[in-house]
Amino acid sequence: MLNQNSIWRYLLVSMVLLVSFIYALPNLYPNDPSLQINASRGAEISQDVIPSLQAELTKKNIELKSIAMDKGHILARFNNTEDQLKAREAVEALLGDKFVIALNLAPATPAWLDAIGAAPMKLGLDLRGGVHFMMEVDMKTAMDKNVNDLVQVYRVDLRTAKLRYRSVTADLVGQKVNMSFRTAEDVTAAKALLSKNDPDMEFKETADFGLQAGFSEARLKALREDAVAQNITIIRNRVNAIGVAEPLVQRQGAERIVVQLPGIQDTARAKEILGATATLEFRLVDENADVQSAVAGRVPASSQLFVDRSGRPVVLQKRVMLTGNHIVGANSGFDENGRPQVNIDLDAKGGSTISEVTKNAIGKSMATVFIEYKPTNKKDQNGKTILEKKEEVVSVATIQARLGRSFRITGLDAPGEAQNLAVLLRAGALIAPILIVEERTVGPSLGQENIDQGINAIIWGMLTVVIFMTIYYKWVGVVANLALASNVVVLIGVMSMVPGATLTLPGLAGIVLTIGMAIDANVLINERIREEISLGRSVQQAIHEGYDRAFATIADSNITTFLVALILFGVGTGPVKGFAVILAIGIITSVFTAVTVSRVMVNMIWGNGRKIDKLPI
Amino acid sequence: MRLFNFTSALDFMRLKWWAIGFSTFLVVASLVSIFTKGIHLGLDFTGGTVIEVGFEQQADLDKVRDSLAKNGFPDAVVQYFGNTTEVLIRIAPREDLQTAEIGTQILEAIKQVESGEVTNRRVEVVGAAVGDELKEDGFLAVISAFIGIMLYVAARFEWRFSVGAVAALVHDVIVTMGMFSILGLEFDLTVLAALLALIGYSINDTIVVFDRIREMFRKMRDATVEESINEAITSTLSRTTMTSFTTALTLVALFFMGGALIHNFAAALIFGIAIGTYSSIYVASSITVILGASREDLMPTVIEKEGEGTPPV
Repeated sequence: MLNQNSIWRYLLVSMVLLVSFIYALPNLYPNDPSLQINASRGAEISQDVIPSLQAELTKKNIELKSIAMDKGHILARFNNTEDQLKAREAVEALLGDKFVIALNLAPATPAWLDAIGAAPMKLGLDLRGGVHFMMEVDMKTAMDKNVNDLVQVYRVDLRTAKLRYRSVTADLVGQKVNMSFRTAEDVTAAKALLSKNDPDMEFKETADFGLQAGFSEARLKALREDAVAQNITIIRNRVNAIGVAEPLVQRQGAERIVVQLPGIQDTARAKEILGATATLEFRLVDENADVQSAVAGRVPASSQLFVDRSGRPVVLQKRVMLTGNHIVGANSGFDENGRPQVNIDLDAKGGSTISEVTKNAIGKSMATVFIEYKPTNKKDQNGKTILEKKEEVVSVATIQARLGRSFRITGLDAPGEAQNLAVLLRAGALIAPILIVEERTVGPSLGQENIDQGINAIIWGMLTVVIFMTIYYKWVGVVANLALASNVVVLIGVMSMVPGATLTLPGLAGIVLTIGMAIDANVLINERIREEISLGRSVQQAIHEGYDRAFATIADSNITTFLVALILFGVGTGPVKGFAVILAIGIITSVFTAVTVSRVMVNMIWGNGRKIDKLPI
Repeated sequence: MRLFNFTSALDFMRLKWWAIGFSTFLVVASLVSIFTKGIHLGLDFTGGTVIEVGFEQQADLDKVRDSLAKNGFPDAVVQYFGNTTEVLIRIAPREDLQTAEIGTQILEAIKQVESGEVTNRRVEVVGAAVGDELKEDGFLAVISAFIGIMLYVAARFEWRFSVGAVAALVHDVIVTMGMFSILGLEFDLTVLAALLALIGYSINDTIVVFDRIREMFRKMRDATVEESINEAITSTLSRTTMTSFTTALTLVALFFMGGALIHNFAAALIFGIAIGTYSSIYVASSITVILGASREDLMPTVIEKEGEGTPPV
């Protein structure tokens, strides 16, 4: 019998529609403008703060929708963005620096949907409002420093080996170190010595007893990777300080970093925070000082009180042993006993300094202090944001021997701790500076407008197609309309399920385009059915042949559009990528709904071998 | 309801030289405009700054221009965007200023002359180097789309068809860009995305027609090449125009309801689909005929397609 639905087809269609419908549901609940209050490092947040917050907001006439403890932070929801912004000011004034207050759009997904992992689609910055930065790592500056450091290192190495040189100079344009000697033997000896110390460099003998050192490809790549990775780590740390609920810090290409801060309006402040500088200092622990009395305010004149990362007080000598700009590298690893450690490499000057100051300090404790200049909310009379110096002890270690150009800090508790320390140590070293090469800011009102207009366009687009299909193809057109509606549901369901898929303004336009293209498949099928009928086939045969033969054409046409969607995804950035994702997913869902879903309906209504003289088409 | 119901084939190929002439005219006119008048490239490709500012009441553009000129932006282009309370300001890329500073400075300059509340709706700053890269990437994307589709069509059909199909696509893209040039519409990344989507979409109609031509070549053994093609185009005319029509319907909704940011995207697609439908019917098959496609060319490739193994009626 022709046009009969198998049980499997029923199952497939109903399962797909049901699952998509459930996962598309959260999009119906609008997001609440909210504040997310986290404790900053070293502080804790608890339920106890809530009553005082409520009291403060009532006093300021700001209406709270709800406030609760949620996954380690307090989430306060408001009715509109205006209340949210006013509330942030009030809460900031009340709670002070101990807390990080982030603006957020909290999904109002009902608990049962949340429990099965259903969540609304992620909105792009053009719909949600926020800032997008693209930053470029200034490799030229980083390389210049590397070359200059090498000059210092080589001079010391050659001198220590008693190899007399005429000159060691930096070629910053070619990123090479040029050396010259008096004899050919010296050149050979120097080459042997230096390449033994540093196998990653490439040495070339030049005229007049010259020797040229250049970076190998592998070394260059490693330097670039390091500079970018380090910048990303630092930016991540800083972004957390800005107070953004769902920040994105991502590498793009070889030397770029993309930072997206949804909900942030004050771009000037964001830029200041991202551009803050950090340094590092090594100091001796003042072991004679009494920590308790220091906390009480009696600090010895030659010492200073610091706190470590968990907030414990430490008394350090005021004299700085070494500053972080002498660090050329730091990485985490394991010692002989398999315990985590951090290896630190210093430049030549740093090596001799630390060697000198640790000569008489064996057995004493050395602290590493991380210093960051962070912008505050306050501004001075010129309107410049006041920077606040933040000092923090990140490690305390006992000096086991006289230190040199490379040493290590052992006895760390966990590999994670070692990694963190290595990152902070590298942050102290001068890394490649970053420049902002692209900035896009979208205000929240424009974001909401974009959403409203996009949804309007989708509704009107649907409506015109539905009316046309009903007039032109009668009841078979109505079936196509139902298939089209199910396509929108499945598309939104899939978009909500795919992690990382983001809805952007071009994405909304893509949904409209997908609606227009999805109906094409039904037009192709219906036209073919009409043709078959006019050739004199029975209704059942015409339906069967129409679907069967139109399928090849439908597949064909969607393959080319899919191909283009892939290309767009490959070369596009941001919003255009969002369009490509919608287009690609839309093509797959539309083939399913236009062919399979509509067929199930057509079979149910006109199929099953029923005797029908005329199809309403 | 049926709009296309022909009892006999329409003689499309009789007009093939007219079609070629008309298309050549369109392409030449487009190219002349593109190379003399140029295309108004958007910020994405040129680099620079675009700021959209919202005013409480109707904005006084001259006042805004004056203030910007006084504050070091004499080259600023100031215009209404969407309505008269929203203003769009464009500034060419600067060498002397940190990219990130420009936005802040412009807003301050506007606030000097505007008493009411000024809202910062959108700021986009793109470095000149980034703009150049996006241009390069965009060009690469269009080229790879062409190559990808050419390979696909070449694999599916004989080379003359492949050339005809791609020529029709190039025609669509050039004429659409020509329209952007002549009307002075802004060509940005979303328009490029639209153009690529158009390439993917427009080839569909051509494939439908070509599929049917192949079918007709097999069926109508005594007919000439032109007669077969006429028959194929006539029988696919309904679906070719209907599919384009339904897609255009939704895009018209997008054009009118989607807001100012999406205007040019919709415009590119609507125009592109219209021109693409024409070229699928005329340009692709006319070129194929002129290149000398014959029945024998298609016979060896036996692919299970429409019309294959049809049970007798």
